[in-house]
Amino acid sequence: MSILVNSDTRLLVQGFTGSQGTLHSKQSIEYGTNIVGGVTPGKGGIQHLDKPVFNSVEEAMNEVEPNASIIFVPAKFCKDSILEAAQSGIKLIVCITEGIPTLDMLEIKKQVDNLGVRLIGPNCPGVITPGQAKLGIMPGNIHQKGSIGIISRSGTLTYEAVKQTTDLGFGQSSCVGIGGDPIPGSSFIDILKLFEDDNETEAIVMVGEIGGNAEESAAEYIKSNITKPVISYIAGQTAPEGKRMGHAGAIIAGGKGTAEDKIKKLKECGVHIADNLVSIGKKVSEVLGR
Amino acid sequence: MNLHEYQGKSLFAEYNLPVSKGKVIFNSSDAVNACNEIGGVRWVVKAQVHAGGRGKAGGVELVDSPEMAEEFSKKWLGNRLVTYQTDARGQLVNSILIEECTEISKELYLSAVIDRDSQKIVFIGSCEGGVNIEEVAKNSPEKIIYQGVDINDENLQEDAINIAKVLKLNEHQITQFIPMVENFLRLFIEKDLSLLEINPLVINKNGDLHCLDAKINIDTNALFRQPDIQDMYDETQDDPQEAEAAKHDLSYVSLDGNIGCMVNGAGLAMGTMDTIKFYGGNPANFLDVGGTATQQRVAQAFKIILKDPGVKVVLVNIFGGIVRCDLIAEGVVAAIKEVNINVPVVVRLEGNNSDLGAKILSDAKISVESINNLSDAAMKAVELAR
Repeated sequence: MSILVNSDTRLLVQGFTGSQGTLHSKQSIEYGTNIVGGVTPGKGGIQHLDKPVFNSVEEAMNEVEPNASIIFVPAKFCKDSILEAAQSGIKLIVCITEGIPTLDMLEIKKQVDNLGVRLIGPNCPGVITPGQAKLGIMPGNIHQKGSIGIISRSGTLTYEAVKQTTDLGFGQSSCVGIGGDPIPGSSFIDILKLFEDDNETEAIVMVGEIGGNAEESAAEYIKSNITKPVISYIAGQTAPEGKRMGHAGAIIAGGKGTAEDKIKKLKECGVHIADNLVSIGKKVSEVLGR
Repeated sequence: MNLHEYQGKSLFAEYNLPVSKGKVIFNSSDAVNACNEIGGVRWVVKAQVHAGGRGKAGGVELVDSPEMAEEFSKKWLGNRLVTYQTDARGQLVNSILIEECTEISKELYLSAVIDRDSQKIVFIGSCEGGVNIEEVAKNSPEKIIYQGVDINDENLQEDAINIAKVLKLNEHQITQFIPMVENFLRLFIEKDLSLLEINPLVINKNGDLHCLDAKINIDTNALFRQPDIQDMYDETQDDPQEAEAAKHDLSYVSLDGNIGCMVNGAGLAMGTMDTIKFYGGNPANFLDVGGTATQQRVAQAFKIILKDPGVKVVLVNIFGGIVRCDLIAEGVVAAIKEVNINVPVVVRLEGNNSDLGAKILSDAKISVESINNLSDAAMKAVELAR
């Protein structure tokens, strides 16, 4: 097993013919991902990377029956693209694009939740199950089939955790970048749940960063719901406090959000802390005793 | 993106929210005319900067004559105001808002933000407004209400009444407050705000609600559909190096160490800073070259990092996902040839095309330490900075 994506994933690429869509689709195909087609409005009927292009998700649904979609369209069109995929019956949507307005995300999140759609991202590197399917922009070659589940808010930090677990021979069951936006489609908790139920995942690496309180909420959840060992690294331990304006941010955060607060909370909830970015792999090894 | 109080109040006026009669001036010679135009015998003069805490820092005063308003303007225009919410340099004052004087009988607090937890717009209200609101939130949580509202909210009237109760408004004020909350929410949504704060929202001597301040922050991701707001951008309120970086789509924050950092991704940039500290060094900056770093952007990043005279070594840490390491390597080579770099450069390239990148660096015959492993690269940079 694995989570979210595997060799049965039939992937549709929205924004297929654009430069980002083309570059990363090519790499995903080379990795072995089953891309069944793409959508670029106005370009329906052509072939791109030897795959059919459609004008709409609905058209693609009728012709090639995708069960997941990945989105590379520019931020200002993302709301329409995500909702189009969700309303057409796609149950897993991965949105790579960064810069989506937060108010758009509020609306998107509400609608995908109502439709029972799992949205990963936006502003994320995507999802990969090593050896089976790569839905994203991560470099495939650093991954290795294995037993560690990885979740992260940051793209390049995910790669760092992946590389270290590969170098030490653990490999990964699946890796999920949930993205760093204020309103992500999926939270740490959503993905922790999936890894807990996945029998291929032996331990979970959760990479967090300063700001918000997603890590604190995840810590509470882990304490009462996750039986597998969780190893966490929090970036931003040396980041200075920024300039600010007004009081509302501080009031709503209740003074939380620093690396120190997050680490303290995670430790209290039984999470193993890698105190340095370069020691994530080592910590996994220590916790698993091999 | 932050707005000045006078810009925020012009939006308030557009949305039928009660603000004082006022005028903004950019030259102290306009102060007297402004006061006469507003009329009355007392005025409030307020230095316009993107920060709170202005009153305590001397940036807000009551004046009894137009000449005093001119005096105040002369004192502040072109100077920097330091408050507890700014850094030590403070913020440049380049405009002054002059307003008619409002007699206050009570100060309240009202704000709206997007709450990550409930994934809603949340109004925060309190019957105790003013500068100590964070203390109130901490010590007397019963005096604060957090009221989540939905976009297209059908229960907004009820929500507004809930807030009004905590603000201890009377019947008359509640009839003013309900449409006010509706207008605040409309403003928040239509202009893509991420923060709206009125502190204080006051009850004046006639018993009416009145907005005495306006703090507005706009979601920068939405600026493409807010051209009027984009025109309100005041670059003097941002750190000049940070503003220059932003023009090139680079995210830069200057710090006080001596190891310049160029990293792709905000998370890894923070992680790199943490690693430098872990090995006993001090980062000179945070710099995220972004997902689609081009040769020009890498060159620009070098220029910005090296403007800081304290930089003794530059550590480039790129984990190529979207960005290809060979492009970064070409950028580094071009930048070293273009910009006169006279400090050592340590480069760590990993991921997409990293072998090709390493080859480009070694073929270029430039003085760059290419180290494949982050801990070794960080240790090397720390050693070179000593």
